[in-house]
Amino acid sequence: MTSSNEPLARNAGGGFVEKSRLLGADDIQRALRRMAHEIVERNTDLSRLSIIGLQKGGEPFAVTLAANLREISGAQIPLGLLDVTFYRDDLASNPVPTTSATQIDHDLTDRTIVVVDDVLYTGRTIRAALNALSDWGRPRSVQLAVMVDRGHRELPIRPDYVGKNLPTAQSEAIVATIEGVWIGSLGEQHA
Amino acid sequence: MLDTIRGSNLLTLADLSRDALVEVLDTAESFVEVNQRAIKKVPTLKGRVVASLFYEESTRTRLSFETAAKRLSADVLSLAVASSSVKKGESLRDTIATIDALGIDGVIMRHQSSGAAQQVSRYVPHVRVINAGDGLHQHPTQGLLDAFSVRQVLAQRRGTTGLESGSELFQGLRVLLVGDIRHSRVARSDIAAFCALGAEVRVAAPGTLLPDEIAQWPVTVSQNFDEALEWADVVGLLRLQRERGTGSFVPSLSEFTATYGLTVERARRLRPSTLIMHPGPMNRGVEIDSRVADLPAAIITRQVTNGVPIRMAVLYLTIAGSSVEVGQ
Repeated sequence: MTSSNEPLARNAGGGFVEKSRLLGADDIQRALRRMAHEIVERNTDLSRLSIIGLQKGGEPFAVTLAANLREISGAQIPLGLLDVTFYRDDLASNPVPTTSATQIDHDLTDRTIVVVDDVLYTGRTIRAALNALSDWGRPRSVQLAVMVDRGHRELPIRPDYVGKNLPTAQSEAIVATIEGVWIGSLGEQHA
Repeated sequence: MLDTIRGSNLLTLADLSRDALVEVLDTAESFVEVNQRAIKKVPTLKGRVVASLFYEESTRTRLSFETAAKRLSADVLSLAVASSSVKKGESLRDTIATIDALGIDGVIMRHQSSGAAQQVSRYVPHVRVINAGDGLHQHPTQGLLDAFSVRQVLAQRRGTTGLESGSELFQGLRVLLVGDIRHSRVARSDIAAFCALGAEVRVAAPGTLLPDEIAQWPVTVSQNFDEALEWADVVGLLRLQRERGTGSFVPSLSEFTATYGLTVERARRLRPSTLIMHPGPMNRGVEIDSRVADLPAAIITRQVTNGVPIRMAVLYLTIAGSSVEVGQ
């Protein structure tokens, strides 16, 4: 367990106090396989599909999901990474987060995009991502895949593919990595 | 020592730690990507107002600051000093008070007097002040973009990225600054940046163009220019600032060129890997031969290009993170 504490701390911004582990690495892999099948089922034209992972939490899930999709369908499915920091609406009240690289090297016009993130919470990150994506063209449609949906939405946003639904209290914190999902609390009070 | 410029003013590089500098360089890497997009604009500073106040002429600094602010979606108030009430004798304090009354979040300030930006930061403590060059004192964003450009080229050569290399490529890097050190705010900012990042800095100039207090600077004065050229990994040339009376500090421009100009013959002494920087505007034929300025080793246009992402990073870190109320 000690080996997984470092990514935990990094993902939660340092203040994460672990209570229990809800999913293991195997559960995550199984969920991602199931989600890949659901994506194939819902989208008949896979040649138009693009996977966009949200930095940084969504990246490992997007990478695995894209690999699964290629394996299942044999189609070449492009993968992009998006950092939404510059599109956030809470920059003035929250400390400025460190930025990571956006890598989208294809035009998104007329494509079906599956946005992938680790945890869906208020929906504000997804709102920022939708704004950001429109700068790369006009997608045909945008779908949302998340590893964990923990509720407490503040915007009219819902996921299309969910790894695990986890009803939580707002005082709790969730960390989802490719190694597993943990529930706990934040040491310091977060806005 | 500041470990970050988040939410603070940027008046000088002299009080920034290595971490603070690396944070700016790393943030700028993200903005390089934004500048390569088809739509080069992000909504980060939407609703924020930035005033650009240039009391001294400038082409690249002003344009690149205003481009940076616009690409962050800030509104830019640009005061053309030559056609403003400053010409009627309005004081700096009153001009600032007037602009502040319009409601601003940041001021980009260039002035011919050293310390002018700091003075403004005392008048309007609730506004973030970014120094775009003050007299002989500092030109922080130039120092940052010089360090950024050097890191970018060296990282590419090693097959890595600036983001991954942090400050590692600066350790023991040999930087030589040549020319009018005395009147150069660029030299002061470059020295602060490169030294804090771990580089070794030498200066080469005629005695009259060295500042009186050079002994207290963290640099070595080179006694032999030709030898220093062979030593250097990076050569930073400085403009001979005739508007600051540099002409009277050297016997003649052609003598300066003969002794400290980077002529074609001298450029042959440089190792093939050595980079040549110039902050512009260049006096071609004075401090740098026109043919040398166009060599592949010269990263002068890259410096200009990198001005925009560096200034976006500075505006973003200083203004986005500041505690200004947004209509709640």
